[in-house]
This record gives sequence, structure tokens and C-alpha cells, in this order.
Amino acid sequence: MRVRAVVGRIGFYVLISLITAFMAIPVLWLLFAPFDRTPSLSTSLPEWTWQNFTGLLANPYALTSLGNSVLLALGSMVLVTVLGALAAYALSRVRIPGRDGLLYALLLLSSIVTGTAAMVPIFLLMFELNLIDSQLGVVLVLSGGLLPAAIFILKDFMDGTPRSYEESARVFGAGPLQILRDIVLPVVRPGIATIAVWTVVNGWGNFLTPFILLRSPEKSPAAVVLYTFYTEGGQANLGLISAFSLLYSIPVVAMYVFVNRRYGFRFHGGIKR
Amino acid sequence: MADIELRRLVKEYPGGVRAVDGLDLTIADGEFFALLGPSGCGKTTLLRSIAGLETVTSGRIEIGGRDVTRLAPGARDIAMVFQDYALFPHMTVRDNIAYPLRIKKMGKDERHAKAEETAEGLSLGALLDRRPGQLSGGQQQRAALARAVAVRPQVFLFDEPLSNLDARLRLEARTFLKRLQRELGVTTVFVTHDQAEALAMSDRMAVMDAGRIRQIGTPTEVFQRPTSTFVASFIGSTPMNLLDAVVDRDTLRVADVTLPLPAAARPHVRDGEQLVFAARPEYMTFRTEPDPTGLEGVVAIVENMGVGSLVSLEVAGPTDATRIVQVTVPEGQEPEIGSRGWAVAAPERVLLYRRDDGELVGSARSDATDPVLAAAGN
Repeated sequence: MRVRAVVGRIGFYVLISLITAFMAIPVLWLLFAPFDRTPSLSTSLPEWTWQNFTGLLANPYALTSLGNSVLLALGSMVLVTVLGALAAYALSRVRIPGRDGLLYALLLLSSIVTGTAAMVPIFLLMFELNLIDSQLGVVLVLSGGLLPAAIFILKDFMDGTPRSYEESARVFGAGPLQILRDIVLPVVRPGIATIAVWTVVNGWGNFLTPFILLRSPEKSPAAVVLYTFYTEGGQANLGLISAFSLLYSIPVVAMYVFVNRRYGFRFHGGIKR
Repeated sequence: MADIELRRLVKEYPGGVRAVDGLDLTIADGEFFALLGPSGCGKTTLLRSIAGLETVTSGRIEIGGRDVTRLAPGARDIAMVFQDYALFPHMTVRDNIAYPLRIKKMGKDERHAKAEETAEGLSLGALLDRRPGQLSGGQQQRAALARAVAVRPQVFLFDEPLSNLDARLRLEARTFLKRLQRELGVTTVFVTHDQAEALAMSDRMAVMDAGRIRQIGTPTEVFQRPTSTFVASFIGSTPMNLLDAVVDRDTLRVADVTLPLPAAARPHVRDGEQLVFAARPEYMTFRTEPDPTGLEGVVAIVENMGVGSLVSLEVAGPTDATRIVQVTVPEGQEPEIGSRGWAVAAPERVLLYRRDDGELVGSARSDATDPVLAAAGN
């Protein structure tokens, strides 16, 4: 009986180690390949060189593209949190018939709007609006796709805020925007933080929308520029790609750590009482 | 300081439910006024209408002679304390108390000074930098009170201010609240479903049912002379004995006993009229010797109440149905269970109600076409 238990234990740990190794290999590649003189698709300890990074600096679009990514991500973050919070507050507090149905429909449609299927109509729409090759256009399309889910999650947070908070403030003479700013937003701050980070990550990682809507390489974000790293022979330039991938992922990881420390993530509404 | 005048107030919810039904009420300046009633009687809706959190369907609300019916809550010069206190969880006690002053655009130093002064008066001085989550229930309640007091409003509105406290604390808070109101002298309306709370704290009280006021008066008046069987059964920590009775010429038949008909009631009743005989357990005495004016029964239950006990007698009714009559007995005189006993009501304390409408014998019958209703209606 004891032996069987021990063998079972060992088997369990072996299985876990295998799964962990499988998950870890891509991450290890991301950490090692950038410092490898001749990076390949296999993971091995590198001989430590900065050669790939100097190569990256020589590329005219690499660094500006990171700046563009920041612009797109922060732009959609601001738009989504501001509009999302206002809409969620209103939807949470106003009784309109079919409100929940409307929200579900929006949520459902949003996955189509940013999806590949709607790319042709979106392109045409942006063309008519003269927003082709404009970063504003990309921000609008990204935000439009993310807003329904953001409203959905934020509304849940707002629903969890007792009405008596607002009524109390109303009796003291506060107006709706004052109540939103002083009471509701601070109370739902973890929700706002979650939505903000989620939007930034989505904007940062989105490839298709900027790829289709932006023409000039100097406006392209990192996700698109990464796609242009080829050698003269048409092979993927793994040295540049790996180095750039590392630079590209650091801000997101840093932001997660910072926001989690500062605000804490929560995906459900309500307040501990 | 101000009085409150409510005139023909109606609040009708979509779907036709009338939470407040053509209500007239005057609350005097400086009065501590209780709105009492079972849940769903409209007392909270009435309070919220005075606060402006509900828009009334029709009627008029005046505070200090000023018509505030259509004014926003913030413009009515009132302060409200909510049942859950509604302290903002992300602000310290100081910021919570100062928040209304911030809305009124008072400078930061001034409002903090005022908050601290108010908090000191309510012995919250040491807790100013805490968040509401770090306070006990009683401290939260005082913080919510301090926030209302700091505004120096004309009227205080309290929505079940004590119901979130545990029993012991509730008694302390009752005394505290009453003293605070006396010191400030601000007109105060509070809602409660606890009759003991209303009796203990208020200067005057209104007992509500189905959106209307059933009785209004001082706690003593309401306790001693409920104007209807509804109020009689609602008020008092031991429920009032309500027994069916029939007028038989100059006497009253209650259960199996014939009692003299009180002289005051004689002009108002007909022979054979169905009445309800009412007497509080506290106003009845328990005898072990036969008494012709007492209700005879068997002792079923004896409940210890600390000082004295509450004895439940099973009294045989005219139709064989037994009914319970409760009597309080002084300490040390508890009867044996199963023994015979007679419950004698003090004649001057007995109340008689008409069985059909439940109103006090001799009171005017309410007319079916109530002019108030007709005016407020559709």
C-alpha cells in the first residue's frame, strides 16, 4: 500500500514536471534567444551577445514602433475606461426594458466587430471616414471592439455598489457627476484597474487592425513591425525577432506587476463589508 | 429649525401600488417624531419622499414653511442617516464627516476643523483616521450621525437607525440618540418597525398601515388608548388581549363571562352588537380565587420576564374554541401550570372596538367616499 502511494506520488510529480517543461520552453526561448549569436527555433543556453539588440537599433522602425504601440494602447485604454465607466454607471442605475438583452447582444456583436469577419466593412467604413493610415482610426476600432465587454464587467461592479451611498451623497447635495467621481469610481477602482490593464494588453497585442488600417511604416505599432523582420533571403530574422519580442513583452509584464501591487485585480463586483 | 407639513401626499408606484395614500401630517418644530408600522406599510417611502429621494405623485411637502415638493434632495436642507449608514468605504471617518461640507464648497481646513469638532462631540475623536471598515457597528452609527450633524440641517431623517445594532447596543444607542436630539433641538423624523423603540424615543408617533396613518399621538396616548384593533395588536411588548364580545342589554358577554357594559360605551352600542374586548396583560390582575368579573381559565404557560412573569390562560369560548388570555403577575406569584385562575381587567383600562371596522366604540365611522382620497385619486 505504501509503495503504491509512493509510486503514485512520483508518477504525479513526473507528469507535472513534463507539463511545466512544456510550458516553460517558449518562455526560456524568449529569455535566451535574444542573446544568442545564431538563434534558432530550439532552446539552448546562449553565448551572451548584444549583437541582436544593436541590429535592432539599426532598424529605422523598431523603436518608434514601440512608441506607437504605447500610443495605441493608452489611447484605447483612456477611451474604453472613460466611456465604459459612464455607460456602465448609467446602465446600472437606469431601468430600461430589455437592458440586459441589449448588453448581451452588444457583447456578442463585439466579438464579431473586431474579428476578422468584419474587417472588410470596417476598412470601407474607415475609408469613407478618411481614417485610413490614421492612428485615431485604429484607436476607435480597437475601443469599439473592447467597450461592450468593458461595460459588461464594469456594470457588475457598479451594481455591487449600494444605492444608499449615492442617495446619501444626493441628500447632501451632490450632483450625478460628483457622485460618480467622489463615490462610485473610488469604490469600483479595482474594476477600473482591471479594465484598464485588459484594454492596454489588448491594444498592445492587436496585430490585424493596425496591419490593415495603417499604411506608413513609421505609424505602425510593434506587433506589425515584428512581422517585417526578414533577412534578404526571405527567411525570418530570428535574431531581430527574438530581441524585439523580449523588448515588446517587458512593458506588459511590468504593468501587470505594478497594477496588481497597487490596485489588485478583481473580475467581480461588490465590496467586502 | 423647522416644522414639516405634509398635505394630501400620494406616492403611487408604477403598477398602481399606493405606498403613501393621501396622507396629512404636521410635525412640529424640534419634535422627535416616529413613523411606526409593519414592513410594507409605506413608512420608509414616506421618509424618502420627505428627503426627496422619491418623487411624490401628488400632494405637497413643506419644510419650515417652504414648499420643497419639487426640490432636489440637496436643496431641502435636510440630513439623512441610512439603515446601513452609507459611510463611504474609501474615505476616512474625517473625510466622511467632511464630505457634505465639501459638496457645499467649504474650504479644506475649515471643513476638517468642523468635522473634528463634531466627531469630538460624538466621542469619535480617536477614530478620525480610520476607514469605516475598521469601525464597530456602534462607531459606524455614530460616524453616520456625525456626518448628518456636521451639516447643521433643519431636519434629520433617520431610516431604521438602530436596526443594524445588536440588542444591547441598541438600548444604549436609543438613549444616546434621544439625548443628542434633545441637545440639538432639530426636528427629527425616524422610521422604525420596533414599537418599543418608537415608544421609548419619540415625542409623538404615527402608526402606519397600508400607506395611511392609523393613529397619531404621544407614546402614552398610543399605548393606553389605541384607536383601532390594528394599533392595539401592534403596540406593546406583550400583545394586547383581543377577545370577541357581544352586547347583551346592559352587559357584555366575553367568552363565558358576563361583565357590566362600561357606562361611557352605552350610548354608542346597540343590543346584540358584535364588539372586541381589549385589555393589556399589564392592566389585568391574576386571581386564584373565583371572581365574577374575571375570565376563568387554565394556566397553560408561564414565561419569566425578569421582573414578574407572563401567564397564558386558556379560556373556554362560547363556541368551545379555547382562546388565550395573557396576564402579567408580579415576581413570586407565579401560578402552577394546569391550575385554575381568573384574569380580571381593570375596568377603566378596558377598551371596546367595533368588530366590523376595528375602530374604537364611539369613534366616527370613516366615510366610504373619503374626500381626501377623492381629491388625490385619478
